[in-house]
Amino acid sequence: MLKDWFPNKRKYATIPSPNSKQRDIPEGIMNKCPKCGHIQLSKEVEKNLKVCSSCGYHLKLSARERIELLMDEGRLFEFEADMISEDPLNFPGYQAKIEQQQAKSGLLEGVITGEGTIGGYPAVVAVMSFDFFTGSMGSVVGEKITRAIELATQKKYPIIIVSTSGGARMQESILSLMQMAKTSAALERHSAQGGLYISVLTDPTYGGVPASFAMLGDIIIAEPGARVGFAGPVVIEQTIRQKLPNDFQTAEFNLSHGQIDKVVHRKDLKPTLVQLLDMHAVKEGANR
Amino acid sequence: MKGEMPFERPLVELRQKIDELKTFSQERDIDFTDEIARLEERYKKLEEEVYSGITPAQRMQLARHAQRPTTLDYIQHIFTDFIEFHGDRLFGDDLAVVGGIAKLNGVPVTVVGHQKGKDTKDNIVRNFGMPHPEGFRKALRLMKQADKFRRPVIAFVDTPGAYPGSAAEERGQSEAIARNLFEMSNLGVPVICIVIGEGGSGGALALGVGNRVLMLENAIYSVISPNGAASILWKDASKADQAAEAMRITAKDMLDFEVIEEVIPEPKGGAHRDVEGQARFIKEAVWRHLEELRQMTPDQLREDRYYKFRKIGKFTYITR
Repeated sequence: MLKDWFPNKRKYATIPSPNSKQRDIPEGIMNKCPKCGHIQLSKEVEKNLKVCSSCGYHLKLSARERIELLMDEGRLFEFEADMISEDPLNFPGYQAKIEQQQAKSGLLEGVITGEGTIGGYPAVVAVMSFDFFTGSMGSVVGEKITRAIELATQKKYPIIIVSTSGGARMQESILSLMQMAKTSAALERHSAQGGLYISVLTDPTYGGVPASFAMLGDIIIAEPGARVGFAGPVVIEQTIRQKLPNDFQTAEFNLSHGQIDKVVHRKDLKPTLVQLLDMHAVKEGANR
Repeated sequence: MKGEMPFERPLVELRQKIDELKTFSQERDIDFTDEIARLEERYKKLEEEVYSGITPAQRMQLARHAQRPTTLDYIQHIFTDFIEFHGDRLFGDDLAVVGGIAKLNGVPVTVVGHQKGKDTKDNIVRNFGMPHPEGFRKALRLMKQADKFRRPVIAFVDTPGAYPGSAAEERGQSEAIARNLFEMSNLGVPVICIVIGEGGSGGALALGVGNRVLMLENAIYSVISPNGAASILWKDASKADQAAEAMRITAKDMLDFEVIEEVIPEPKGGAHRDVEGQARFIKEAVWRHLEELRQMTPDQLREDRYYKFRKIGKFTYITR
């Protein structure tokens, strides 16, 4: 490496200037990998599908970016695009938080659902977005995903759900919890009709989402390094009073513990889905 | 008073005074009949006041009460011929979940439930009623067995939540819960769930997908413990009482949200005051619902359960 050519020794003492903040990377032009700290041009990162060229860390994709990545020509016929949360419990600060999240993410809720083609194969797709309310599942997320599953069942299309979530949305309390039963029951019906469900787990997916639809895929794929689990590592460390291994709950950890089928690099994700869809495609007149 | 709660203190004090006066009048042979009657009257009023103004946070304390009757207590009083079965056939036998077959008014049923301990030693064995994946898988195995032999399923819900430990994660805690939700929705037999204490999040729901969900008056049901919610939302776990209020966790709230079908009343002061009486109330309600559900075909039962959960959720549409 180039840096090996230069001695590491400093010739002069550096005095931290009070303006050191100003030397931070200008917003938007450069991108610092949250894992290894590698700094590179944002343009380069985008070109590399938001995967760090140094350590291979898969940066979070927004739902729109994910759709761009997966769907043919980035096109999705969106369902229920105008569905938004109510504040059924009159929970302190909830309404304001929703509005703030909408402004921040440019999304109305934590999941985009719709139908389109992937490598020419039709599919119903649901993509969660961590940038809206940490991808938490409330009534809207549960309802949109359930409707997407039901439509897939009806149309005899496969359903693909790309998950990322911090868990259930506390501000909707019990209604959030019940979305777990609702989505899982819809998947059961889809499955009973012979429908295919591919679950794609992305970083991070925790709580009520893996404890319902995200872990129920006929095939479960995860992006490298994606952390997936029921309880978060902080909670577990407090419970067992032990430090957890670095790779705890990562895709690779889950793979070695038999919880998922495959870890797939982002650049291979679409080709893998196309291959899977092809192998499950119902050919006209074929014997099933 | 047995296992009194802090908010019951005034009642206890008044009762003590009445008792003292009674002994005093006996010892000294002085007639205090009027005085005692007046105090008894006041006691009744105070009792009314204390128990009618009971807050969600106080219900939470009652639901977690150390003497609160557990699944095995109710099984003993509600059913006959209970035979406990063990193990998930995959990994182990999780004692935080119990299950087996029994008879309810002569009808064979499958019973499953979370099991908390009666004391510290027992709680260590029962892991405080917090299941590992094998607990959920044991319950699932028994419920599928019920489906095969056309036995109704009676499930008791009482857990702080699924156990948040590393071993549980390694063995697929998420998958175990998800699988129960998936499979329970497809059982072709009546499923009646009763939340008897704490309905803690996904770990509770994993035994909670029923045609009918009933709940004891002081039981609670929530997506996260109020303590957890307070520490996440307000970075202050001591605001649990406030969170208990905001999160709407009581049986009455569940009825309003149409998450449950019925609230089963508790004796004054909570279920631990009269376990047998409480068991009778539960048995009566369960039997009433079971008689209704037994009229339905397996497909009707599946349909009924699907729509019970399908309709839960509140949302709206933007108007632009």
